[in-house]
Amino acid sequence: MAVKRVVDYNVKVRVKSDHSGVDIANVKMSMNPFDEIAIEEAVRLKEAGIASEIVAVSAGPAQCQETLRTALAIGADKAILVETDVELQPLAVAKILKALCEKEQAQIVLLGKQAIDDDSNQTGQMLASLMDIPQGTFASKVVVADGKVSVTREVDGGLETVQLSLPAVVTTDLRLNEPRYVTLPNIMKAKKKPLDIIKPEDLSVDITPRLKTIKVEEPPKRSAGIMVADVAALVDKLKNEAKVI
Amino acid sequence: MAALVIAEHDNHVLKGATLNTIAAATQCSSEVDVLVAGSGVDAVAQLVSQIPGVRKVIQIDVPYLADQLAEPLAAQILSIAKNYTHLLAPATANGKNVMPRVAAKLDVAQFSDITKVVSEDTFERPIYAGNAIATVQSSDPIKVITVRTTGFDPVALTGGSADIEKMTAQADGGKSSFVGRELNQSDRPELTSARIIVSGGRGLGSSEKYQELIAPLADKLGAALGASRAAVDAGYVPNDYQVGQTGKIVAPDLYIAVGISGAIQHLAGMKDSKVIVAINKDPDAPIFSVADYGLVADLFTAVPELTKAIS
Repeated sequence: MAVKRVVDYNVKVRVKSDHSGVDIANVKMSMNPFDEIAIEEAVRLKEAGIASEIVAVSAGPAQCQETLRTALAIGADKAILVETDVELQPLAVAKILKALCEKEQAQIVLLGKQAIDDDSNQTGQMLASLMDIPQGTFASKVVVADGKVSVTREVDGGLETVQLSLPAVVTTDLRLNEPRYVTLPNIMKAKKKPLDIIKPEDLSVDITPRLKTIKVEEPPKRSAGIMVADVAALVDKLKNEAKVI
Repeated sequence: MAALVIAEHDNHVLKGATLNTIAAATQCSSEVDVLVAGSGVDAVAQLVSQIPGVRKVIQIDVPYLADQLAEPLAAQILSIAKNYTHLLAPATANGKNVMPRVAAKLDVAQFSDITKVVSEDTFERPIYAGNAIATVQSSDPIKVITVRTTGFDPVALTGGSADIEKMTAQADGGKSSFVGRELNQSDRPELTSARIIVSGGRGLGSSEKYQELIAPLADKLGAALGASRAAVDAGYVPNDYQVGQTGKIVAPDLYIAVGISGAIQHLAGMKDSKVIVAINKDPDAPIFSVADYGLVADLFTAVPELTKAIS
């Protein structure tokens, strides 16, 4: 399973004054919430006797080791960091994960459906495509049986269920599970679990960014509205001023 | 230098999001083709052929495309991808599912959720739940794009007369199969295309109160029903009611937020609505910062009063 280190979901990011990006210096960083759900699901598969080993993987700067330690504390058996300071885009991450999946012979790859920083929602699908294996995206239920995985997916208008041959990629939606709290004894144990650090070159994959960010700006602000005194005033405004009802 | 739009449909009805996506495609290229891939899609292909600005409709009709599974659908798109500089799909559950598969096979990046076409290789897209807008460029030979429908006005449905070309389908790899679908049946408009949305939050307190207060107001207005993540998590309504960063992104003419505090991730899904009304008993709720009309009131009395006042 794969984890990404992102700006904590409670932080309201600020755009840098030179419009080169958002300011992430000195802000709290956490594991992408969807990835937390992915690791929880992996641990449940292991607890159910379905998965034999959980390998947590992350790619990025050295600080991603903290994120991987969290994954180990939740229940991963070992971790691999593909360390680089190059800006990693979804296609590059998918290539890194493909190389690692082949090396580790992964049968199910669990990832969050999107990272809450770039909101791309691409990596899992790209990985499945590069590996020529099926995908179950936006999962709200995962059942593994008889060498297949059934994934119930959150789609527009409801749910749908697909059955996939293994190996397969599953990307997690919000309501797949509720991740457990990490306990202190498990944090201590996680410190002793293996965490390998390798470089993208060791996997011979091309991680060159394809998308160039020209500028990052604040979204247009909504002009301040007005407070109305009561329901009658509201109805009057909607009818006569906004003319929407 | 042509663009291909992947039509979204359920084999019978063309989804409105396709029209916004065609609008985005016409800004990328003057030659826009539309792929209608599915099972028994003659009527959908016919309908698409009448959309002005469409050069050609490509129809691929085969039973294993009936459920729009990502694996066989991506294979169809890839079979014709090389004829195009731009491949676009709406940023719906289907579009998000299939397009990265296409991009990876072409070894190109994907632009997710674009809200503006700056030029044929440069696009705007929201990041960090819409708290920043990035302008991104790529020199990849094919641009794979998902389109945030709220960023583009839909094209008209009639006035054109494109040819329909039927193509043979690529074989299905057989690695995925469709098991079943549970769609929430409703006579109300669809959330992402509704003109008016009434959304309820945790302030309602229960599923019963949601049905008792929000549903009648929505019915009176002919509105779609929405909800905050908190209301969905609390089990008041099904998951697909969720408006927000990871739920539906909406921009109706009128959005009425009832008992919703206005968390960042909720605002990300609705702040482009034309008129926003917030009803909340907490005068400091962040939802009021984006509302055009705010009413600080007890929703249990204000909402029935509002329902009654709308004739």
